[in-house]
Amino acid sequence: MEIAVLQAATLARRAVIRTARQPANIVFPLIFPMLLFAVNSGGLRSETRLQGFPTNSFVAFAIAVPFIQGALLATVNANVEFARDIQTGFLNRLALTPVRGLVLLVGQLGGLLTIALVQAVFYLVVGYAFGVRLATGPAGWLMLLLLETVIALAFASFGTWAALRTGSTEAVQGLFPVFFVFLFLSSANIPRNLIETDWFRWVATANPVSYLIEAVRSLAIYDWYWEPILLGFAVAIGLSMVGFTLATHALIERMARS
Amino acid sequence: MSVAKGVAWRQVHNFFTNPSFLLPSLLFPLFFFIAFVGGLSRIREVPGFNFPLGYTAFQFVFVLLQSAAFSGVFTGFGIARDFETGFMRRLMLAAPNRLGIVIGYAIAGLVRWITVIVVVTGVAFAAQMKIGGDGVDLFGLYVLGFLLSIVGTLWSTGVAMRLRTQQAFPVIQMPVFILLFFAPVYVPLGLLQGWLHGVARVNPITPLLEEGRGLISGSPEKTLLAFAILFGLLIFFSVWAIRGLWRAEAAG
Repeated sequence: MEIAVLQAATLARRAVIRTARQPANIVFPLIFPMLLFAVNSGGLRSETRLQGFPTNSFVAFAIAVPFIQGALLATVNANVEFARDIQTGFLNRLALTPVRGLVLLVGQLGGLLTIALVQAVFYLVVGYAFGVRLATGPAGWLMLLLLETVIALAFASFGTWAALRTGSTEAVQGLFPVFFVFLFLSSANIPRNLIETDWFRWVATANPVSYLIEAVRSLAIYDWYWEPILLGFAVAIGLSMVGFTLATHALIERMARS
Repeated sequence: MSVAKGVAWRQVHNFFTNPSFLLPSLLFPLFFFIAFVGGLSRIREVPGFNFPLGYTAFQFVFVLLQSAAFSGVFTGFGIARDFETGFMRRLMLAAPNRLGIVIGYAIAGLVRWITVIVVVTGVAFAAQMKIGGDGVDLFGLYVLGFLLSIVGTLWSTGVAMRLRTQQAFPVIQMPVFILLFFAPVYVPLGLLQGWLHGVARVNPITPLLEEGRGLISGSPEKTLLAFAILFGLLIFFSVWAIRGLWRAEAAG
């Protein structure tokens, strides 16, 4: 057990260091969500004048989106590197060592979670500087980081599955637009009950990303409103389990092939 | 001219035969259009939102200009890719007049944009977009996009010729993204507040958006300013692109 933990920690550390050595992989996931946050919170601020809008502060409403977007970006970047490991044969060489497949997955996902958490703290600090005060207080910060961890794990497991299935950096990079579609076709910019177009509201309701955003958002604008929080956790855990199962199967198949 | 035709044909051929080039160009504007119109149409109920034709037409103009600018951006990506693969070096050796290379890429960028905007316009009409302007106004609207597409291509060509690597993608893309989104994208300028209002007021894209929205609703008010800005940008970025070409030539 101790050896497995050590192996997972070593692989996680490698994933973090490899990302840290590429400034573009650090700067872009930090800056891009904040840029979109700035644009949306400036451009859509007048939404707060709509009847039924849940808060007077659009920045508090909009701060949820960078957390989801950051998790997506971290996932794509880290799994592109994982796919590169497959392309360059690193995974095959690793398969010759005593490292178990499960440890490999945990290490890969652990590294990615570390990056996502660093990003989340950055978004919280920037949000604070923009005047966002979580309605749930300091405990809300901790809950938000926990939620972000589970959300990042959900996206990461799907990204890892894609990397293992395809073994192609381009295919994993291609996930970004797909994830982005999920983000935009959700309640990211407006509460679901205020979406006027029926088909869009249905899509947003069926879209799991809506529940993740609403969970983060509820921590910012409501004082411990548990329903969206628990829904968010349930969706994130459910997605993680599905993604992790798929990734495990893909890993077994790839190891068998190599 | 033969160089321009050759380069343009190659780029257009690649665009139509390679889904990884065609789909992002086509899907991104469509996706923005659908997401904004579908998700945010309620914004027209905000007090002070006085655009007469509804939110579909309001957003169509943004998507038209965004797709035009990004057609240019994608063209720059192609140039950077050609440098990394070594194709550009061979092209420069073979071309008797290298200005034709820039013109060829610009033509290809325009073909790319025309393809995209035909599809987006079709979708907009399917979504029952209302039009207030007459034929001349609509022609003016598409000319705005046409010129902006050339500006985008000249900008991205200049960057790609200077950096000559695919690492240039963010450098090409981010300023365009920032300029486009720091304009009155979701609501009219009057409804923007705070720092974004201040930035949008001096953003050169703002008069283009306002003129485009004026043209589609049949009451253009900033025609002279919008076209003056576009021609100014065309001249500036032509020089930018040509000097980039010289740098690339000097670098061998």
